[in-house]
Amino acid sequence: MSLTESSKSVFTEEEEKEESFNALWIKEALDELPHNFTITDPFISGHPIVFASLGFLKMTGYSKEEVIGKNGKFFQGPKTNRRSIMEIREAIREERSIQVSLLNYRKSGSPFWMLFHMSPVFGKNDGKVIHFVAVQVPISRREHHRKLRNVSGDLSDHFGSCRREVCFGNFVHQDRALPLECDDDDDDDEQGLEDWEHCEASESEKLKAVEAINNVLSILKRYIELSGRLVCGKRYCLRGADCLSSSLVISLGRIKQSFVLTNPCLPDMPIVYASDAFLTLTGYKRQEVLGQNCRFLSGVDTDFSVLYEMKECILKGQSCTVQILNYSNRKDKSTFWNLLHISPVRNASGKTAYFVGVQVEASCRNTESKELRPETKQLSVVGAVRVAVRSSFMVTC
Amino acid sequence: MLLKIKRVPTVVSNYQKDETVEEGGCGRNCLSKCCINGARLPLYTCKNLDKSIGEKSESPVMFLESLVLGEWEDRFQRGLFRYDVTSCETKVIPGKYGFIAQLNEGRHLKKRPTEFRVDKVLQPFDGNKFNFTKVGQEELLFQFEASNDDDDDKGIQFFPNMPLDADNSPSVVAINVSPIEYGHVLLIPRVLDCLPQMIDHKSLLLALQMAIEAANPYFRLGYNSLGAFATINHLHFQAYYLAMQFPIEKASSLKMTTTNNGVKISNLLNYPVRGLLFEGGNSIKDLSDTVSDASVCLQNNSIPFNILISDSGKQIFLLPQCYAEKQALGEVSSKLLDTQVNPAVWEMSGHMVLKRKEDYEGASEEKAWKLLAEVSLSEERFKEVNTLIFEAIGLSSHEEEEEELEEQSSMNGGFIRRVHCPSVKEEAVSN
Repeated sequence: MSLTESSKSVFTEEEEKEESFNALWIKEALDELPHNFTITDPFISGHPIVFASLGFLKMTGYSKEEVIGKNGKFFQGPKTNRRSIMEIREAIREERSIQVSLLNYRKSGSPFWMLFHMSPVFGKNDGKVIHFVAVQVPISRREHHRKLRNVSGDLSDHFGSCRREVCFGNFVHQDRALPLECDDDDDDDEQGLEDWEHCEASESEKLKAVEAINNVLSILKRYIELSGRLVCGKRYCLRGADCLSSSLVISLGRIKQSFVLTNPCLPDMPIVYASDAFLTLTGYKRQEVLGQNCRFLSGVDTDFSVLYEMKECILKGQSCTVQILNYSNRKDKSTFWNLLHISPVRNASGKTAYFVGVQVEASCRNTESKELRPETKQLSVVGAVRVAVRSSFMVTC
Repeated sequence: MLLKIKRVPTVVSNYQKDETVEEGGCGRNCLSKCCINGARLPLYTCKNLDKSIGEKSESPVMFLESLVLGEWEDRFQRGLFRYDVTSCETKVIPGKYGFIAQLNEGRHLKKRPTEFRVDKVLQPFDGNKFNFTKVGQEELLFQFEASNDDDDDKGIQFFPNMPLDADNSPSVVAINVSPIEYGHVLLIPRVLDCLPQMIDHKSLLLALQMAIEAANPYFRLGYNSLGAFATINHLHFQAYYLAMQFPIEKASSLKMTTTNNGVKISNLLNYPVRGLLFEGGNSIKDLSDTVSDASVCLQNNSIPFNILISDSGKQIFLLPQCYAEKQALGEVSSKLLDTQVNPAVWEMSGHMVLKRKEDYEGASEEKAWKLLAEVSLSEERFKEVNTLIFEAIGLSSHEEEEEELEEQSSMNGGFIRRVHCPSVKEEAVSN
């Protein structure tokens, strides 16, 4: 089984066997680490956790089954600092590391402060981000108290401090540290800390985080070297050429309807992204459609004049909506009428980078009075794709 | 002395003509008495949000978002916009803050500039000038209403084809035909009431509800007062999608105080514009009312300002400015004037639309910072304005001490310390 333990396989039997062996090895290696950490896969819709260390499960009080498949947001709550959440989201979007104090919630509902350190994991061949690793180091209040009692003077260099008022943005404020008042003693548990607006980790906690990240990354890197594959065994894009950035994939993954992105700049205009809903509609696996031109959906009875009309629109860079007979790969190999809308999509450079194709199965066009019109829904997918592609400044044609 | 500046107004509607040209009869399918009968629009009524504070509202399909995007794309494909905003090059300026620059040569018309009075933030509505009852109905996307407080927890209600009831003072969402970004819309509260451009409690609450309902941190709402580069004196908010953080959202903040109804007010730090950040509140209405109180105070004191509703309605920035006054008094350098950047709410937030290629190519964080620093109130003036605002909200200095004593005696996990404005930085006091 791969790290994701998915029942859907994207590889041949032989590849799978090799895959499971490797996956087992890496899981064992990861399980041996004492740290609290999670590994996420940005190429799965929802950017979920695909691996959680035993330490993480212990820290949060959840079982593995309760955590795998969840997004990191799951552990946040009402007192989690909004700014920190935004910072993490931006770091993911920009595919870079981040270290920030964060308030999380255990299964019991009790909140706790921890130092959150996240790093992207890059694939071997194309240098694209394939995973994110996040390490969590709990911030201890007791440690602060004890040390503060004994030391005077400027404490900010050595010990963490908790500030109630200053809410940190991306840039650490150069203020002096405000030492905690210590009328409470060691009996006091972590309880009061969660009301603080910010809790700076100590230097030793920061070092722990860095050490943990490095340990996890070195295991993952070794795996990638050996197998040349993604850790989770799933491929979400073309090998090598024109793999979409993880942040674009995350954005597109939020769109729940059936659609594909094709790249008109590549020969034969292949599919470079296919939503989960598209795969469900057509009955194909992602592996089977990526890199292919959409014509595999056409068949004997597909109206070729309609296909010609589409081709003309694409050449002219225009949008069009057509009704076309498609052939699925579902169990019954049924055909279906596809109300297909295609449109060119520009990226930040202002030039057309993709074409989006949004499929609506004709029989599903329910005109329920309390819902958006199907045409509006279809166009909303186009709009959402436009926003995602335009804001994904790293995509080039 | 009457302060005026000359500007070319932004065209937000295809029916917006020169001020001097008077439109006669109609046939343009507008919103005035001549055409409104039989007008139909989708109607979106948002749920009673006060009940959902603290709850995670998981709507599987982002309904309002689909409505906005779907309708906008429809108008986009129908060619109702003056240009294709997605064909305008855009980039993030390298630097700590990541200011966002766009090269948009088509937004600003090469027309004769019009005079705008900038010394009065409150000016009466003038029916002769362009206003939103004159937009064509095809520019309207849908009606947006808040639910009644009296209603039970009804949830979202949607009617795809609801007649516009002129007697019921509908609020509408329209396209901005000169968009800054994809999805640029205008929220016009109670459009037929012809309210002038000024903040009132009900309208700000509606805007906040829209931000919450859209449930997307990349969909922000903005407001420009007169004198802070609003071009149309008919109450409206703006919104659009940009899927990255605005520089202002990255700025750190220093908490000043918390109001009686739980609204936290902070100062922005390390940002070229001095402003206030409002968050929290015991309810959405509390947050909205506090900001409204502050805005009304600024309006009454003729201080121009911008408002940015961010983070799906969890954060509201209030940014007073003085650029128009400086311009009118001839205090702005020609270098800055030549860029023709009018610092409205989006520019204040760090999203700069530039009309000249040379400005776009040469865009730098330093330049952006410099421009915004000119727009900002001075430290001294800002402190004065803060005092005014705090008084208006009901947080004067002597009240503070009484409240402090009350707070100390109630141990409810987290003592909230008030800072006496304008002198700051007292020692932290623990619980």
